[in-house]
Amino acid sequence: MKRTLALTTAFGLVAMPAFADVNLLSWGGAYGNSHVEAYAKPFEAESGIKVNIADADNPATPIKAMVEAGNVTSDIASVEYADAVRLCDEGLLELIDESVLAPADDGTEAADDFIEGAITDCFVGTDVYSMIIAYDDSKFPDAKPATPADFFDLEKFPGKRTMRKGAKFNLELALMADGVPAAEVYDLLETPEGVDQAFAKLDEIKSSVIWWEAGAQPPQLLADGEVTMAYAFNGRIFDAAQGEGKPFNIIWDGQIYEMEGWVIPKGAPNKEEALEFVTFSTASAQQARAAEFISYGPPRRSAAALVGNIEGTEEPMGPHLPTTEENMSNALGSNLDFWVDHDAELNERFNSWLAN
Amino acid sequence: MVNSSDPQAATTVVTPPEGRLTTADGKPLAWALARSQARAKRRAFLLVLPLLGFILITFVVPIGQMLQRSFYNAGFPANMPEISQWFAENPRGTDPDDAAWTALANDLLASAEARTIGVVGTRINYDVPGTRSLFTSTGRKVRRGIEPPYREALLEMDEDWGDPRVWSAMREASKPVTANFYLAAVDRTRADDGSIEQVEPRQRIYVMLFMRTFWLSLLITGLTFLLGFPVAHLLATLPMRKSNLLMILVLLPFWTSLLVRTTSWMVLLQQQGVVNDILVWLGVIGGSQRLQMIYNQTGTIIAMTHILLPFMILPLYSVMRTINPSYVRAARSLGATSWTAFRRIYFPQTLPGLGAGALLVFILAVGYYITPALVGGSSGQLISNMIAMHMTDTLNWSMAAALAALLLGSVLILYWLYDRLVGVDNLKLG
Repeated sequence: MKRTLALTTAFGLVAMPAFADVNLLSWGGAYGNSHVEAYAKPFEAESGIKVNIADADNPATPIKAMVEAGNVTSDIASVEYADAVRLCDEGLLELIDESVLAPADDGTEAADDFIEGAITDCFVGTDVYSMIIAYDDSKFPDAKPATPADFFDLEKFPGKRTMRKGAKFNLELALMADGVPAAEVYDLLETPEGVDQAFAKLDEIKSSVIWWEAGAQPPQLLADGEVTMAYAFNGRIFDAAQGEGKPFNIIWDGQIYEMEGWVIPKGAPNKEEALEFVTFSTASAQQARAAEFISYGPPRRSAAALVGNIEGTEEPMGPHLPTTEENMSNALGSNLDFWVDHDAELNERFNSWLAN
Repeated sequence: MVNSSDPQAATTVVTPPEGRLTTADGKPLAWALARSQARAKRRAFLLVLPLLGFILITFVVPIGQMLQRSFYNAGFPANMPEISQWFAENPRGTDPDDAAWTALANDLLASAEARTIGVVGTRINYDVPGTRSLFTSTGRKVRRGIEPPYREALLEMDEDWGDPRVWSAMREASKPVTANFYLAAVDRTRADDGSIEQVEPRQRIYVMLFMRTFWLSLLITGLTFLLGFPVAHLLATLPMRKSNLLMILVLLPFWTSLLVRTTSWMVLLQQQGVVNDILVWLGVIGGSQRLQMIYNQTGTIIAMTHILLPFMILPLYSVMRTINPSYVRAARSLGATSWTAFRRIYFPQTLPGLGAGALLVFILAVGYYITPALVGGSSGQLISNMIAMHMTDTLNWSMAAALAALLLGSVLILYWLYDRLVGVDNLKLG
């Protein structure tokens, strides 16, 4: 049984060469590119260990399949924090001892240098991204929207909105727009009244929302003029604004940030090399370097000052990162425990709400 | 037995007195025939063996394994053996006694040490949302140490351990074979006493999505028939040179990537899109009344009808090509109006192609995923989008498997119905 599952899984995955030294499972796209440029290439140059990169839609899904089939072909993978928590609790990941992490240049221990929650038993954060409100500057010549409440104000800021098709992020945003302080959002969502309040707030704009499924959709919808405001991942908006010169502005007030980072699948064939790769890639210099390729912030405090210009330009990357101090003034850290607990339940309710 | 080295004897057995036929070398004919056919069959089997193996390994086995998850989930009993044992020995309705609490504490400790507590919590969380963290956080605490009396100790860690719903869910989960995922897939759940009830109205979603999926698939099948039938007829009756040209027009989109076609529809149909721009330019609608034709059910129907159209046209075309035009001419010469000739003579002959096309389109539409995900908005989602959500977001593969099994089952039932009503022998795929 195991053998056949292993065989069938092998068919479904990208075949990786047998002589590989570290097999990295990443996301592809601009984000995957930052892994190649900031981590894989310098690591190969320094250690002589070759890094083979395969891409997946969401690396957490193949990890589950690989470990359950007992045929692990990846040594390290980039996954979202929520998936890391889940996979770790299910025993599908190797533990990562935090002693492998390099201290900051000034000697600060890694444990103190990383932001809270960035290091868990099985996970080391590599970057922080966030859900932000973006708007098309040309559509609001006079007053500019500036808060989550403005996103729900169809009179003052007319036009359609686009939001992610799912409960996560939207419920939090709705409560913040309803005046709930960031620190109380999840406590309130734990209660049925809080969930009702969030859905009631969403009701206000339901008929004006186009729901997106793929991360590439919101900048496209903004660019096409289909919507005037979008609730989207900051990296996507940044790419459209920076790369294609679109007049998109980001509202950092009420941003909800999350982390991605490394995990090592249980039974990884080259665990030692994978750990070396973790040490190298989570050092401050490399974290700062990665942030120059994509507007995801480094989770190490000591890395913030090292972030230089946007790759290929003379413009500093700092103001575009979720982790920069002035962008963090009213920020909400996504509560993964809450979402792992309530994901299915709230998404069923959300879909039912959508359909009616 | 006949001695075949004796030529005289050999000639006599060609027509034995009993009338049994034998070959020239004296073997019974039936046996020889069976032997030579067996060899041919073996060869044929060896020839298809690679394909058979391929299908088994890549298709039957994985689907079977996936479907097995819909009713078999050993996450709880495998990691919580003592409390599962207690549930087996004590019928529903028994209040948890000291033995139960001790078993629970022992299991929690062992499971936390083995780092499988997440599996256990995830399993219970399917039935009682919010309990996953109850298990993982208690796991972290018991790793630091737990002393008897266990009931008080566990309730001290989290009072939710006293919740009868948690105990009821654990009892349900303690058996690896369960129908609960199927219940959830039809918006049902088990009450505390084990009876089956509907979930709250605001949580109901799957039955509605199943109905919508089948209704939209039917509608799309009907639309492809209405649009495809005249096209197929034109293709089949035009002179070859013109029909080949038209055929290319049918096939070109067919060969184009699904995503490209879906995105093209977005460009055409969105509010700031081509179609709306033209309508505004023509003055049919005002600039502020642009039509919402995508990100809703309309978008799903339009895009899917277009994408599935070739699957209707091609089988219809191949059948229509073979229809002899003299039948219709004969009908006309016998006095039938053109409508009667079409209805009584031409149309019945296209049924095998229509049946094949309709079946193809319907079955493809039922499982459609990416197009409704991209253009469906809130009202154009299908059941496959929920299957995808459980596969990739919530990682509840048992639930995904249950939904998929129901979908597969209902398609098979419809296929059986189709066979009873129309007959599968009438299918003609080309």
